[in-house]
Amino acid sequence: MAAAAGLEPALREAAAALERGAAAAALGALRAALAAAGGSAALGERERALFGALLRSLARAPRAARPEGVWQRCFLEGPPGLGLCVLLEALASPGPSFHPSEAAEVLEQFLQEGRISALMWDVCQQQAQAGSPELQEALLSKVVCLPDHVSNKLQGKNPPVFFPQNYFPLLGGAIIQVLQKISDSLRGGLDCSISFVSHVLGKACVHGRQKEILGVLVPRLMDLTKSDCIWQRICWRLVECVPDRWMEAVVLGFVQRTPGADVLSRLLGNLVVKNKKAQFVVTQKLLLLQYCHTTAVLQNLLGYLALDGLRRPLLTKVLQELLETWGSSSAVKHSPPEQQLYISKAILICLSHLKEPEIESCRQELLTSMMEGVKCHLDSSLPQIRRLGMIVAESISSKINTDGPVLKFQYEEDDEARELKSLLVQTPPFCVVPSLPDDDRNEKADAALPLVLESDKSHTAAPVTPVEESDAELDSDDDLIPYDMSEDKELKTKAPVYIRDCIEVLTGSEDVDKWEATVKALESLVRKNPAATREVSVELAKILLHLEEKTCIEGFVELRQRAQVAVLTTDPIPVAKYLTSQFYSLNYSLRQRMDILDVLVLAARELSYPKSLGKTKHSGAQKPCIQLLPGSDSSKDWRRIVDERIKSKTRRFATGPSQGELASSPNEFSSVAGHFFFPLIQHFDRPLTTFDLLGEDHFVLGRLVHTLAVLMYLAVNTVAVTAMGKALLEFVWALRFHTDSYVRQGLLSCISSLLLSVPAQHLLEDMTEELLETQSWLGDVVEKDPDGDCRKLALQNLLLMENLKKKLEPVLS
Amino acid sequence: MALPPPDPQFVLRGTSAAVHTLHFSCGGQEPDVPILFSGSENGFIHVWNLKTHRVDVALDGHGRKSVYCVQTMGGKDRLLSQGRDQRICTWDLAEGRTSVTDSVFTENVGFCRCSLLKVAQGRWLMAMAAKATDEVQVLELPSKTSVCTLKPEVGAKLGMPMCLKLWQLSCGSQPLLLAGYEDGSVVLWNLSMGKALSQLVCHQEPVMSFDFDSEKAKGISGSSEKVLSIWSLDEQQNLQVYKTHKLVNAGISDITIRPDKKILATAGWDHRLRIFGWKKLKPLAVLDYHTATVHCVSFSDHKNPSERLLAAGSKDHRISIWSIYSQT
Repeated sequence: MAAAAGLEPALREAAAALERGAAAAALGALRAALAAAGGSAALGERERALFGALLRSLARAPRAARPEGVWQRCFLEGPPGLGLCVLLEALASPGPSFHPSEAAEVLEQFLQEGRISALMWDVCQQQAQAGSPELQEALLSKVVCLPDHVSNKLQGKNPPVFFPQNYFPLLGGAIIQVLQKISDSLRGGLDCSISFVSHVLGKACVHGRQKEILGVLVPRLMDLTKSDCIWQRICWRLVECVPDRWMEAVVLGFVQRTPGADVLSRLLGNLVVKNKKAQFVVTQKLLLLQYCHTTAVLQNLLGYLALDGLRRPLLTKVLQELLETWGSSSAVKHSPPEQQLYISKAILICLSHLKEPEIESCRQELLTSMMEGVKCHLDSSLPQIRRLGMIVAESISSKINTDGPVLKFQYEEDDEARELKSLLVQTPPFCVVPSLPDDDRNEKADAALPLVLESDKSHTAAPVTPVEESDAELDSDDDLIPYDMSEDKELKTKAPVYIRDCIEVLTGSEDVDKWEATVKALESLVRKNPAATREVSVELAKILLHLEEKTCIEGFVELRQRAQVAVLTTDPIPVAKYLTSQFYSLNYSLRQRMDILDVLVLAARELSYPKSLGKTKHSGAQKPCIQLLPGSDSSKDWRRIVDERIKSKTRRFATGPSQGELASSPNEFSSVAGHFFFPLIQHFDRPLTTFDLLGEDHFVLGRLVHTLAVLMYLAVNTVAVTAMGKALLEFVWALRFHTDSYVRQGLLSCISSLLLSVPAQHLLEDMTEELLETQSWLGDVVEKDPDGDCRKLALQNLLLMENLKKKLEPVLS
Repeated sequence: MALPPPDPQFVLRGTSAAVHTLHFSCGGQEPDVPILFSGSENGFIHVWNLKTHRVDVALDGHGRKSVYCVQTMGGKDRLLSQGRDQRICTWDLAEGRTSVTDSVFTENVGFCRCSLLKVAQGRWLMAMAAKATDEVQVLELPSKTSVCTLKPEVGAKLGMPMCLKLWQLSCGSQPLLLAGYEDGSVVLWNLSMGKALSQLVCHQEPVMSFDFDSEKAKGISGSSEKVLSIWSLDEQQNLQVYKTHKLVNAGISDITIRPDKKILATAGWDHRLRIFGWKKLKPLAVLDYHTATVHCVSFSDHKNPSERLLAAGSKDHRISIWSIYSQT
């Protein structure tokens, strides 16, 4: 106190000297007095006020009045809070004689000398004696927003230390220093408050600077808390004192930056049990409301919940909530696939942490939600969702029935499936995050297995290699003269040569080989004999539609489909009539109905495709620019030679583009497009007992909608296109709010092909109102649809509409 | 230009079922007529008179279950047949009789043909697949006393025996058994010790048929694969692969070496018969007559070489008779 008593006169003297314009000596005396008093912390209330006034007048004083080198020290050695405030004020409204860059220089020094940590420590000490909250609030925002203040003022001339990527690590370091002091003072038996540090941390995090600040803090804290329980307590306290409004940012930052669940548990303690907000963030927000985090984050988070007895009840609660979401049909329908993947991952990780008695206690709930969930997943029309359902259900069932039979589905094993399944295997709690080497090892083990098998095989196969013909067998079979063996070719079962024979074989034959040969030969037979096919086309289409795989032929489905397409293209009208009528009739499996759709699409594509491209290749060979390789096809060569001779002997009087032009042929789809299209679109809203497009058979509806889109697209330049467009637009309008995203995608494709196919004039004349309505619907989809693909398609459609408008403008004006 | 392959000399029709086995008996003196026995899927054994090309007798002794092995014991009057009713019957056909004299219940459900070896006048050894799936049993006929049971070592996983051949180096020496197994290996068994002497993996698929030439100590085997495997037996009784021969079409159902060891014939799933020279396995002819899988081939035992015949029985109910390379 005695030393501090000397400060007040020194302050008054310095202020007076500054007025006079000769402050160097007075300021020197002040610094000495301050040092003698034991630093800025020793200042009392009055002295602080005086010091503040002195600093402000320093900032206002003309350059000459400020003794260089000394005035800066006053800012750096005085109370750090005051220094920072005055410097920022000076920076914000610089006086005539005080340049902002001067302030910035001093600030830079302020940072580099660790005054920020001194400032925080100062506040911490004051807090212990209940300092003014307003002041703290002001200081807090000054500390955290310093980079913004400085860069706003200095614009391009901002020194690098104020860049956020440099400033916040520095702030992190300062926090560590303060915590160090707090730890020392706690060990010394002194009380002090940590809440200002928590506020700084919280505010920095909520400003999105988690990466910078926690990147410094977490590794240091990890080291310090390893074996020191005081440090652990400090760390817990640090997070607990973060105000609720910033809690999410801090917790998320910790969860993301911590390398493992055990570390996270050490750093956060039982935060989720003590703090409601943190609990909400951990158990609800991060798991159910967000889905952008990595698997490692999930593993950290759920591992953290599993690591302590107090927190484990939360784990089961979380699992139940996750399963509720997973099993809710509305969630499956409306949430994006990425989120469903995220939730599935979380479920699997939870399952991996559950212990036998815990599972025992909730076996029934698990079973119920699994049954519900698997039902609505298998119902989905997206294959990814179906597979997710299968994998999760398999995992749950293997967990709840350890000894009984477990669910087993058939699905394609890909990287995603393997990743999901690997989550179910509990990684040892002490190396959760560096899971990559683990995976590697698994893969290596997998790779090693086939190697062993292969070597086994080679062992057994070895004896087959022929022994060297060292035999002294000189006599030979030379006296036996071989017969002609040129006919000895690979065996082919003789396929029928007539279409009617094929029908006979396919309907009644017991001869499997013949049946196979027929299935293989049918397509080419149909294409070679169009007239014969037309006589029996509908019958053949019927047989093919009902044909089932008798033996295991490679590519049976494709062979049958190609034959069906051949029949349909050969005799389009009756066969299309038959197929479209069968699509809506009783007693077909969904598979058959989808086959019908596929066949219609493929045939329509083939019919609308210009034949000239495929058949008259030689016209292309004439062109000098395309040098074809000498083909094996001799007829082509012959043709070319003749053509060249004719050309060389002929004198042409007219020159025109006629020579190189491709032969054109009529679009065969044009006359039959309506037969493909209209019967399909007619009956979709009339459910049968076995087939309900608008109900649970929405997968087929999705296929139907896609088919219609393709047919519409292929019908470009045909006569019926306008009528088709109109009908399609009405159809789309009726279904636009369908819950299945696959159906909605199809509807949007329909709109696209409609916009591309129907002539712009007709669009505008015949369906203006419908188009406007559609446009507003598309706008809605772009903004609100949960499915990413739908949004993309809708956006494309809007662009198409814009282009259409642009195209029409010159016409209209 | 090589000659086109010959047509069959004649074709025997009338079994009204797929033919599974054939056996000639043409060695008798005049006035004995040459005879061909055929066993078919409907359980009948037809006795074909090769002079008239007609059926002399149809024997019905296997309860209408497929007959897949027919052999004579000595002359044409004593016949042994094996059927899918799990029985092996011996017949007395002398003086127009058609009666089953004895039968053995094999309790085996496979397709493995039994093998017969004459060890002394009126005494035969017969090897057959036994009740346990991987065992082979050897009986003495006509007493039906069991000589030995050949069991593979525990864990050998050979599978069922598929084809058997009893043989001895010279009359009176120790009889040996070669057996082809389901796993594609051929095993040489010593009957008196009941022990496997050597094993050779010839194929990746079950051995469908093999034949063995005891003079040259060489054998040939076929499976459902596209290769024939030729193997040899050295003095230490070790089986070794000698060479392999690639075929055009997969699947061999029967292989027979002509008794004079000059040529051999194979019956293929591709409906074709193939003739090879035995010494170098030189392909000689491909006989394409049948319209379904050929099940069996057999060479006749005519005393006069120029009369020798080749017969093939097929799933198409026909037996084709060929005269090929009979002059050499």
